[in-house]
Amino acid sequence: MDENHPQQVRDSQATSNNGAIAIKRARTELAGPTDAQIQRRKEAEKEYGRGRKIHVKGIRDKKLRGNLKSLESKYKDATLRLKDSEILHENTSGFLEPETSLERTYKVRQDDIIRDVPIEAAKKRFDLKLDVLGPYVCDYTKNGRDLLLGGRKGHVATMDWREGKLGCELQLGETVRDAKWLHNNQMFAVAQKKYVYIYDRAGVEVHCLKKHIEVTNMEFLPYHYLLATVGNPGYLKYQDVSTGQMVIEIPTKLGSPTSLTQNPQNAILHMGHQNGTVTLWSPNSTTPLVKLLAHRGPVRSLAVDREGRYMVSTGQDLKMSVWDIRMFKEVNSYFTRQPASSVAISDRGLTAVGWGTSTSIWRGLFTKHALEQEKIQSPYMAWGGEGKRIERVRWCPYEDLLGVSHDQGFSSIIVPGAGEPNFDALEANPYENTKQRQEGEVKSLLNKLQPEMISLNPEYIANLDTQSAEQKKAEKDLDKKPNADPIADIKNRGRGKNSSLRKYLRKKGSRNIVDERRLKIEELRKSQNTRDTKKLQETEAELGPALGRFARK
Amino acid sequence: MKIKTLSRPTAQAQTPGSDVARMPRNLDPALHPFAKAREYTRALNAAKMERMFAAPFVGQMGKGHVDGVYSMAKDPNSLQRFASGSGDGVVKVWDLTSREETWTTSAHENIVKSMAWTLDKKLLTCASDRTVKLFDPYNTPAGAAPSATWLGANAFTGISHHRSKNVFATSGSSVSIYDLERTSAPPEVLKWPTNHDTISCVAFNQVEDSILASAGTDRSIVLYDLRTSMPLAKTILNFASNKIAWNPMEAMNFAVANEDHNIYIFDMRKMNRALNILKDHVAAVMDVEFSPTGEEIVSGSYDKTIRLWSRTKGHSRDIYHTKRMQRVFSCQWSPDSKYVLSGSDDGNIRLWRANASAREGIKSTKQRQALEYNEALTERYAHMPEIKRINRHRHIPKVVKKAGEIKGEELKAIKRKQENERKHTKQQFKKRQNEREKMVLAAEK
Repeated sequence: MDENHPQQVRDSQATSNNGAIAIKRARTELAGPTDAQIQRRKEAEKEYGRGRKIHVKGIRDKKLRGNLKSLESKYKDATLRLKDSEILHENTSGFLEPETSLERTYKVRQDDIIRDVPIEAAKKRFDLKLDVLGPYVCDYTKNGRDLLLGGRKGHVATMDWREGKLGCELQLGETVRDAKWLHNNQMFAVAQKKYVYIYDRAGVEVHCLKKHIEVTNMEFLPYHYLLATVGNPGYLKYQDVSTGQMVIEIPTKLGSPTSLTQNPQNAILHMGHQNGTVTLWSPNSTTPLVKLLAHRGPVRSLAVDREGRYMVSTGQDLKMSVWDIRMFKEVNSYFTRQPASSVAISDRGLTAVGWGTSTSIWRGLFTKHALEQEKIQSPYMAWGGEGKRIERVRWCPYEDLLGVSHDQGFSSIIVPGAGEPNFDALEANPYENTKQRQEGEVKSLLNKLQPEMISLNPEYIANLDTQSAEQKKAEKDLDKKPNADPIADIKNRGRGKNSSLRKYLRKKGSRNIVDERRLKIEELRKSQNTRDTKKLQETEAELGPALGRFARK
Repeated sequence: MKIKTLSRPTAQAQTPGSDVARMPRNLDPALHPFAKAREYTRALNAAKMERMFAAPFVGQMGKGHVDGVYSMAKDPNSLQRFASGSGDGVVKVWDLTSREETWTTSAHENIVKSMAWTLDKKLLTCASDRTVKLFDPYNTPAGAAPSATWLGANAFTGISHHRSKNVFATSGSSVSIYDLERTSAPPEVLKWPTNHDTISCVAFNQVEDSILASAGTDRSIVLYDLRTSMPLAKTILNFASNKIAWNPMEAMNFAVANEDHNIYIFDMRKMNRALNILKDHVAAVMDVEFSPTGEEIVSGSYDKTIRLWSRTKGHSRDIYHTKRMQRVFSCQWSPDSKYVLSGSDDGNIRLWRANASAREGIKSTKQRQALEYNEALTERYAHMPEIKRINRHRHIPKVVKKAGEIKGEELKAIKRKQENERKHTKQQFKKRQNEREKMVLAAEK
């Protein structure tokens, strides 16, 4: 002790001789956060944070400062609580990991997996042999409990796949191009030869949507209760299925679409076209919000991850591209051996690509927190190659399952690590009973979002419109001094080509808005012109008729 | 190869043998898209529900009075007893829980101008028949004679009791302080030296309890201090004031019901400007009172409506009216600040909910939580235009609406004229007067 703190000891001897050691700069405040706490706070902020903090110290208004301060502390508290609530999660996600460096996950067959997983999980692997009326399209409900199959030649069936129970079966006898569940397992829409039909769970035709003609692709926006369809004529139509109203019909003017998907985060529709462009649509705009050239050929399929950050597109040009749709930049692109017919992204970011007769599953095409996305060398898993031409791949929500529909029926394959392990029962409950389903339906109808609320940034709602507030305030204040007139500063030199007015006009005057300022400039310019011509005439007169033409302009 | 797949046991969804399904939660924002939009939708629904359940009128007290009700006083020591005075000199005492009359007497010859309860639960009434009378409604039968009477030189207009001492103040030609323990002694007179007009009301401060304020017909507000027996300050407003109410929580603030349709909240230390102006009435404000929490204000007006205000906001949060209610001369908060009473020219005393959509009665925890959640939501999204519109929407009597429109036009015209005058006079070099200072004509000390 003495060797360590000679200075302190000397100090204490100087002040007291009772043996107590005086400590310089004693800490009088309560203990601050420990490193572990700080680390934890950082993690919580990364996972659940609400963006940049507001600096309250610079705000002069006391009331506002107080309000914002309490709001900030609430946010901070909320992120920590969210982090804490992770302890309540009951399940952990699945995985498939090589034990030696020689093992490869993509070499694992479904039979190997079935051998190694519990019987209950192994039962989820099944094949439906439906080789007459295919190829099939498939769709899972939001909670992943029910499966909808639609065969091209008119066979439609629903089933509770977990119990292996058939819901209803329809032989429509006409072309079926797409089939989609609506908000729950009580109703589904089928795009048939000419119109779109809505059937209830027993297979009874409830509605015939005669305004949707020759529909090829459908999407259902569950929070807005909107059924969006697009068909061969290239008209994108949004229909509210809770009220039955047609919200908007938008001509895409890009011909027959090749693919359609929705961004689950902001309910924007992504549509792929024959010419390789992907367009983004909302019901509030008659023109696409974004147009991006994704492929050098038709865009075959599109998928967006559940947080709305990345999009994967596949094209006829044998490419699969990963896009960052916050910046609309291509992150990486991969080759497919055949044009991929279908692509889907699971809850935990696994990407399934169906091409030709096989399906490959990629992991880590994009990671949430990485600054640079790395290029993956080999897929995570693979399936197929048995002569079944893949029509559509869809992930089963909240399960480690991939549904693959092909020309010979449907296969449900196990992909460890695909599904979100912990579901939120108030959002989507795979084990819900009838009462819960009914209650959830009523709640979701009460909370139905209006189509006007769809925008690229869903967080814009309830943000303050500071600009118009500022303007209002400025208009209210009658004692305010008017803004300095920008034109008043311009020197009235008026000679040559480089007069300051000309310079000003060059820089600012070319906008096609006629306002007070513009009129003032025009007036100034006119007066300058007349003055110039007058001056010219004067000098011409002075020089006489012979020399007049040499007068300087 | 290490393999694990998701498999949830069936017992996880519902415990065997129980009929309660479990509701596991996962609060990861990725699972809850459109969080803000959905919350806003819920807030919108909450705002609509709040208006759907709004039913402010509870009922009226017994059969009311024969003549108009011009004064009311609640017993500060009881939650359910209050007195009302009528134009024909009749005073009635009411029970709030049963809404029935418990005691009545014909106290005066004409209008009972004002009333106050003493510390020992007796009732002081004053009238323009130049008497102040003391009754004991708790212990005497109806129609009993007063236990004490004071005769003044002039008509009495207002009365107010001290918070802790047995002293009360009356207003008339001057402010007189009476001592209840010495009934025969002449009152102490407080008067601004140059005052010659009638003083229309007087009010004791209930916190800083030796301060009292009075309003006169000469448009003045005078503050007095009992400790020095001197007037403190006098402020003259543009119009006369009808009533003064002290804030029970903030000792220095008081509200003034003014003839110019507005209510002014003043800080007694800074009488050159108002703390706040409450504008919405379209006729003279006859009575004003702070809620026991000091946060809200109720006012009754000559335009036949009652308005409820937040102390900090400039416009009323609610307006109450019925087809049969005439000019409102008195209004009161119930001591638990959940109800409002109004006495009007038609002789009825009406009981209203302070919060139109609130309901008393036992609620389940779920119900209470839902209500609290809805309230928090509407508050959080109160700035949204649609929610603002729904919250503000009220059915207003045609007359009041029209009067409001006309008043708005007139005010605009005045303002326009002033601005035009400003443009062409020396005034344009001066700063405009603050709205909160405009109503103060002069201040004297």
